[in-house]
Amino acid sequence: MLEVMNLGCVRGHRTLFSDVNFKIKSGTLLQLKGPNGSGKTSLLRIVCGLMAPETGEVRWEGAKIRSAGEEYSRNLTYLGHRNGIKEELSSLENLRIAAGLAGLDLSREKAQEALKQVGLLGRENLPARFLSEGQRRRSALARLVACTTKLWVLDEVLASLDTAAVKLVESLIAGHLSNGGLAIVATHHDLNLSAGSFERLELATGIPGLATSMERPS
Amino acid sequence: MFRWIVARDLTLAWRRRADVLSTLFFFVIVVSLFPLGIGPESQLLRTIAPGVVWVAALLASMLSLNRVFQNDYQDGTLEQMLLTPQPLYLVVMGKIVAQWLVSEVPLVLIAPLIGVQFDLPTDTLVVLFISLLIGTPILSLIGSVGAALTLGLRGGGVLIALLILPLYIPVLIFGAGAVDASIIGVSPQANLYLLGALLAISLIFAPWATSAALRISLE
Repeated sequence: MLEVMNLGCVRGHRTLFSDVNFKIKSGTLLQLKGPNGSGKTSLLRIVCGLMAPETGEVRWEGAKIRSAGEEYSRNLTYLGHRNGIKEELSSLENLRIAAGLAGLDLSREKAQEALKQVGLLGRENLPARFLSEGQRRRSALARLVACTTKLWVLDEVLASLDTAAVKLVESLIAGHLSNGGLAIVATHHDLNLSAGSFERLELATGIPGLATSMERPS
Repeated sequence: MFRWIVARDLTLAWRRRADVLSTLFFFVIVVSLFPLGIGPESQLLRTIAPGVVWVAALLASMLSLNRVFQNDYQDGTLEQMLLTPQPLYLVVMGKIVAQWLVSEVPLVLIAPLIGVQFDLPTDTLVVLFISLLIGTPILSLIGSVGAALTLGLRGGGVLIALLILPLYIPVLIFGAGAVDASIIGVSPQANLYLLGALLAISLIFAPWATSAALRISLE
């Protein structure tokens, strides 16, 4: 279970959001919405532990993520704005190295399988700099296929993806949720999920107090 | 984990050989300019050789430092490394080891050859080699702190030189000192031991400081 309590974030001299609270359980997706500059990325980076919050705390299974440290990282997969793939390496190498760093020894066959699933079969040995933007994104998505983590934090995951890839992401998330996983996704698209429960958090710009609202679509 | 990082960085370096070679050629050219500029006075050349080779090594190492974290920072892979379930210390150590293997070892290997231009005797060439072998890891270690601190800053290249070059001074003094001692026929042991001590200290503190600096730079 992921708990966020009383979270506040200040960038520069501006308060991006304050007093954000939510709690998500296994099998739940939290969709983060809000206009540009409302602090979606900052919130996700705080949840990952890449950034320290101004106020409040993030708890994973009851323990603060700062003190849970590596135990928390073991449960987390983060896909940020930047794809996190090296241009000089092929998709296959990128995936296997990413898995290796996450402590997962991914065999060549399994990596190929994952790349096939994201539609990069036949291009898995091509250096990433020869791939299109959407294909690079797909290459990054292969990490989601291969990983076995419980919490996914995805930032604008649908950017530069075509409709087939959007469907793929939806099915990946649905599969993840039905396996008892949790996901936080920042996106403007409405996700069409076949499984799991769904919550939405709306961040508004700049007006403290009015900063957030939570709704549960039926 | 450690092995993944080192293997990854070595592969990347191999795919961008030009970067690595440019550092090496910079070193070779800077050192070679001195005999050309000063002329064939072997006594004078022998006197300035230790300082010249060592200063060139410091400058060449500055050139490669910018790349240690910068590329990984830009494409988001550094972020991912911070989120791996291993201590950041290990990640940083892996990157430093790879940087040393890629950028400093070729320089250490070629230095004796370059020393010949300065008419250095064989014993002194050996000392030069050993002093660089102990000294260059210190350069990589201290340099990584600077690279992490200046990550993502505009004009980071100049700033890193201002931050790091003063910290290189002890390495320069003892490294060049060892070679100097050997030229005038004194044992270079004391200098080499001091270099070894510096290496031990920086091995303990530098990766830790770099980790802390990386966390701040990535906020």
